[in-house]
Amino acid sequence: MESDVKPKLLTVLDIITVLLLVIATAMVFFYAPMEAVMGQVQRVFYFHVAAGWVGMLGFLVAAIVGVVYLRTANRKWDIVGVSAVEIGMVFALINIITGAIWARPIWNTWWTWDPRLTTATIMELIYAAYLLLRQGIEDPDRRARFGAVYAIIGFLSVPLTFFSARLFRTIHPVVIGTNQPGATGAFDMTPLMLQTFLFSLLAFSIIFVDLLWHRIRLGRLADRVEQLKLKTAE
Amino acid sequence: MLFLQDAPANTTAYMIAGYTVIFGLMLIYLVSLIVRRRNLQQDAEMLEALEMKD
Repeated sequence: MESDVKPKLLTVLDIITVLLLVIATAMVFFYAPMEAVMGQVQRVFYFHVAAGWVGMLGFLVAAIVGVVYLRTANRKWDIVGVSAVEIGMVFALINIITGAIWARPIWNTWWTWDPRLTTATIMELIYAAYLLLRQGIEDPDRRARFGAVYAIIGFLSVPLTFFSARLFRTIHPVVIGTNQPGATGAFDMTPLMLQTFLFSLLAFSIIFVDLLWHRIRLGRLADRVEQLKLKTAE
Repeated sequence: MLFLQDAPANTTAYMIAGYTVIFGLMLIYLVSLIVRRRNLQQDAEMLEALEMKD
């Protein structure tokens, strides 16, 4: 089974990914200074934002390959799309949960129906529905077409989530741009904090690429098993 | 009040909880990829054996 042989480049990428994650974690705990007001919980910010970025990146990739699938009707793009959505969902969930943990001491509540939190939750639910609805379609081509259209339309929730903290009255702080007057928990990044933040973004981007590659390989294998099942049933 | 104090707030427990969630969820996803791959490989081998028989 030639397709099951793990490429050497993927092994190299695995090693680089682990190294980057270790370095990013070390920077978060030992390189970045403790924030003067919020204390240690501010350190959640680095991976919280990086996870949110990977979540949105996954959904962006799914929308792009959705367009490519509709133009080419090649199912390999459907595998990339579902893989990107699945990884995006995991990281968007990390983003939402870590946000709630950070909010408890800073906002004095685990959760509030603030525009950013609400749009992020809707975005996560939209993609959860994508995965659930796909399960109900047996014909692979129909499933792929549905997935492509859904990923393109569902992507509307991503810019809405990103800009919600800039367009609406919100207490959620922003990293890029100006905070709303009511934003609580904003802080000025020192150079060491900024370096740690940018490195975390880089590390999580590489994690995304590495996981995507693994998930695509899994998708190809699942596709082959599905074809074999159909052949056997005939 | 968090923002009227002199020293940073003691929020270490929340930081630990946050990073437990981050690494925990990433680990769960990684394990799910490994388990799914192993199961699919077993299925593929079995189906290929069936196909050879036929």
